[in-house]
Amino acid sequence: MAVHTIRFEPDDRYNAFLNVCANPIHGEGKLAGIAIAVKDNISTQGIETTCASKILKGYVPPYDAHAVGLIKNAGAAIAGKTNMDEFGMGTSTENSAFGPTLNPCDTGRVPGGSSGGSAAAVAAGMVRMALGTDTGGSIRCPAAFCGIVGLKPTYGRVSRYGLIAYANSLETIGPMAKNVADVSLLMSVIAGHDRRDSTSYDRPYSHTPSAKIDGLRIGIPKEYFGAGVDHEVAAVVKRAIGRLEELGAKTVPCSIPSMEYALAAYYVICTSEASSNLARFDGVRYGPAADTKKSWHAAYQDVRKQGFGPEVRRRIMLGTFALSSGYYGKYYAKAQVARENVRKDFARLFTDVDVICGPTMPTIAFRLGEKSDPLSMYLSDILTVPVNLGGIPAISVPCGKVQGMPVGLQIMGRPFEDERVVDVAYAYEQAVKS
Amino acid sequence: MVTEKDVEHIGELADIGIDTAELATFTGQFNAIVEYFDVLDRVQGEGAVTRDLYNILREDVVEPSLSQEEATRNAGAQEDGFIKAPRVM
Repeated sequence: MAVHTIRFEPDDRYNAFLNVCANPIHGEGKLAGIAIAVKDNISTQGIETTCASKILKGYVPPYDAHAVGLIKNAGAAIAGKTNMDEFGMGTSTENSAFGPTLNPCDTGRVPGGSSGGSAAAVAAGMVRMALGTDTGGSIRCPAAFCGIVGLKPTYGRVSRYGLIAYANSLETIGPMAKNVADVSLLMSVIAGHDRRDSTSYDRPYSHTPSAKIDGLRIGIPKEYFGAGVDHEVAAVVKRAIGRLEELGAKTVPCSIPSMEYALAAYYVICTSEASSNLARFDGVRYGPAADTKKSWHAAYQDVRKQGFGPEVRRRIMLGTFALSSGYYGKYYAKAQVARENVRKDFARLFTDVDVICGPTMPTIAFRLGEKSDPLSMYLSDILTVPVNLGGIPAISVPCGKVQGMPVGLQIMGRPFEDERVVDVAYAYEQAVKS
Repeated sequence: MVTEKDVEHIGELADIGIDTAELATFTGQFNAIVEYFDVLDRVQGEGAVTRDLYNILREDVVEPSLSQEEATRNAGAQEDGFIKAPRVM
């Protein structure tokens, strides 16, 4: 196959990239010559991959993530690795060990997270598309805050092989771009079965977005417009849903009672999985080396204390606590019940409606440094985490502005109906464009 | 109520390395978060998680993989083509 080179010299005044590939090569195919930015927790052969953590500084993966291999085979040029909250733990990209990414719409505000670098790179026009990952909203939140489109695919539809694990049962790789057609195009390349991921389904995605939504039934959960959701954001999203009604959709008021427990369940599960997954970072196989003259606990504690940032250490400890003897039944086991209740609520709603709509985030992008207390940052994930607990697809599409900042409309669908959420987003996008 | 001693113990279990100076901050944050988690006490329902796929395993046959050189390249301490780890005993 012919190999070509493009020049990639972005004006990165937002700290979107941790590592830029100046003259990336590319082949031919559906994505020929398109520069694609890849979040720094997705393995790229020969390109440093740090998860925005000091503990992986200098780590160069010897293999590509499955999704990266697929986009390269489709002709894409890997433009570089994008900034993120360390290991995906955050909602603002301020938890990067290499400094925060700034929101291109207002550099005094965060781009959202944890895929903030990917979102900023797309929003600022540095790249046409990017790969992000979504564990509790990490694609949809920055897409909403930066005014771009981001799809969190159905769990199992995109291989996680080569994604450096944070919370395996929740996370997925997904596409981000300025418009729905590009998100759909990138999804068509990365979706499909991979035997190296034991949770991978054989459900390829070959879809051309359609704007026909006549007769579509849209569930409007009251929890998505209730306490904690900014009134102006809610009003903008309601207007967007009104636009979908003008296109022939019907709205159905509904409720997701399990949301009362969803956020707590999410944080118990993700921190528990993190405490196990991140045990591998001990300075032995990768990253800054452990002092082999010390005893192993002393050596590991030195490496992990210096290598992990405060939020990562906090989450590892929270997870260790939630799984520890005497607390397992109170936290982890209960969180699994709550998770099953979320799944059942979605299954029940999706017998009456085709999609569920609401805001992606309860507010517009916050100011840098505004959320210094960990719990207040966690609470801003309330509208995105149910989707990850349920394993369902959801897309965020820009639907207006509040105080000059973008607002995202979130469209959630039945498992493996990623095509449908893409269509609804496309219908909205085309309607406001014309 | 999580105490500083609890946090110190958890830090030890997780090999996270905590300074005495950090204990008060972590303990305060822990208590706020764990208090929020207590909402789970009221959850009703069955724990039975439904899944339609179980134990997807491949056949145990040798397949191409990384070379020893590639697999050890990122290790900070090496000796004779092996990864060197801190002493256990």
